[in-house]
Amino acid sequence: MTEYAPHLDTNTIVNFGLLAMLLAVLVAIVRTRSLLAAVLLMGIYSLISAVWFVVLDAADVAFTEAVVGAGVSTAFLLGAILLTRTESLTKRWQDMVMPGLVCVGAGVLLFYAALDLPLFGDPSAPANAHVGRFYIEETKNDVGVPNIVTAVLASYRGFDTLGETIVVFAGGIGVALMLGFGERSMGDLPPALRSPVMEALAESDHHVVLRSVAKLLIPIIALYAFYVQFHGEVGAGGGFQAGVIFAVAVILHALIFGLADTMDAIPPELARAFAALGVLLYSGVGVINMINGGNFLDYDHLFPLAFEAGLPGSHLSGGYHHWGQHFGIIIIELGVLFTVAATMIAMFYAFAGRAADVVGEGARG
Amino acid sequence: MADVLFWIDQLGMALALAGGILSVIGSLGVLRFPDLYTRLHAASITDTGAATLMLFGLALMAGFSQEALKLLIAWAFVMLTSPTASHALANAAWSSGQKPKLGAFSLMSGKREPAEADTASGEKGGAP
Amino acid sequence: MLLGATAAIMVAMVLMLVRAFIGPSNYDRILAANSFGTKVVLFIAVIGYLFGRPAYLDIAIVYALINFVTTIALMKFFRYRSLQASLSHRRVGEEARDG
Repeated sequence: MTEYAPHLDTNTIVNFGLLAMLLAVLVAIVRTRSLLAAVLLMGIYSLISAVWFVVLDAADVAFTEAVVGAGVSTAFLLGAILLTRTESLTKRWQDMVMPGLVCVGAGVLLFYAALDLPLFGDPSAPANAHVGRFYIEETKNDVGVPNIVTAVLASYRGFDTLGETIVVFAGGIGVALMLGFGERSMGDLPPALRSPVMEALAESDHHVVLRSVAKLLIPIIALYAFYVQFHGEVGAGGGFQAGVIFAVAVILHALIFGLADTMDAIPPELARAFAALGVLLYSGVGVINMINGGNFLDYDHLFPLAFEAGLPGSHLSGGYHHWGQHFGIIIIELGVLFTVAATMIAMFYAFAGRAADVVGEGARG
Repeated sequence: MADVLFWIDQLGMALALAGGILSVIGSLGVLRFPDLYTRLHAASITDTGAATLMLFGLALMAGFSQEALKLLIAWAFVMLTSPTASHALANAAWSSGQKPKLGAFSLMSGKREPAEADTASGEKGGAP
Repeated sequence: MLLGATAAIMVAMVLMLVRAFIGPSNYDRILAANSFGTKVVLFIAVIGYLFGRPAYLDIAIVYALINFVTTIALMKFFRYRSLQASLSHRRVGEEARDG
């Protein structure tokens, strides 16, 4: 095998340009005192890193970064700022010595570790030579879906994805335990804390254009979520991204038409139920495989073997369709969609339902 | 026939390049103009213009295919969202008390001529 | 020529970043972020052609949509300090209850 030599091409130059931008944004985030500006810059940071993932040819990761980092996390961070203040406190320099030392130490360690990493794009790197090659060569025989990322995510590493889904679910429960599922904050909050001045202001301004465009866009965004969901087997995308996109559609509705209207359309109870239903669906598929004599999440046993062999084009009768794998992936992606979308919606309800407790802070830019 | 396809490709690339240059010009405007509203007009006009030039140019290169359709969908979304966002932004800034700079000012220094009374609210838009 | 277009968009992105850094008001920053998002859409589209991966267009489309929601969320927060307020006129039922 010939030695891999890094070389300067378009890809590398674009990479360096984007990394320089990332660094600049990072410095700006650290330096700004205004938390609102920091949230905005975090959104830009996510945008740039997602573009960087695109340039590195990691389309699925870029998709996730785009919808999560630039989309919902901005809304969540704004909701979090609602509960605190809008300026960060200035610290004495004595208080910053120890954290500074820890940061510098960790940074030096990371740089030291980075020296051992294989070069970018090195074909003999462990990730490319062993497990990556196995996935690329065997996906066609084992799973039979065109998008290898989906095959790895949903089939080879189904356990990991189940864990991630449960993490999202647990995160939603954690937020709900602290802030409520939304209905508590909306209902019981005394009117004094609902900043009626701001609400009256929002209603008196003219937002005809915004409302008309939002009315047009919300169904399109929701439709696009389902495109991403069902296209995930073939192209970039999947249940996680689709769930977040659907939640973004609901968030847009809440932003324009008010949280009360959105809660009429999608009650918090529904979001709660669907969050649990998703996890149930996912682990239920695993249990069905066990009942049919396979391992947990081994989709080859999703249907009884005799039934699968009778299906048209089945790999058991010489075809190339792995029907168990196809249906298993579709169902667990649906479970991921339910959990992610419902959890994001419930979390947004929880954050946005709380009005600005510090009414006096008012609308200072 | 191949000749025609070649020139269509070249035309598409030229349109994409024109879009890129237009967006640089717009960004220069956003950087140089003196107040929010002039910056807004520089950004919003060149954004939609650059998106039109670039996405249509790429669609020409893609020919009659699924990619061209996706490019047109992306273009439609940009045309729908970008002006709306600009409008909402201008609306919010105006009603929160940001005043445009009026009267003569020097473009080079970005400052207004001293003869004018200072009515620009500047950085902070107070509560109305 | 596509390379030139890519480079031009990158320059435009950098210029927009400068505006996002220096402000001065928060509305200037939202303006810069929104315009930056549009440029990201164009950048991804043109990069897809430069590297021969038209599949990136899905990501470009999703940006065009997400960017709008982010801008509206930021705008609404800066203006009203609330994410729950309705931007439409009061519903009939609410009027009756409040009156």
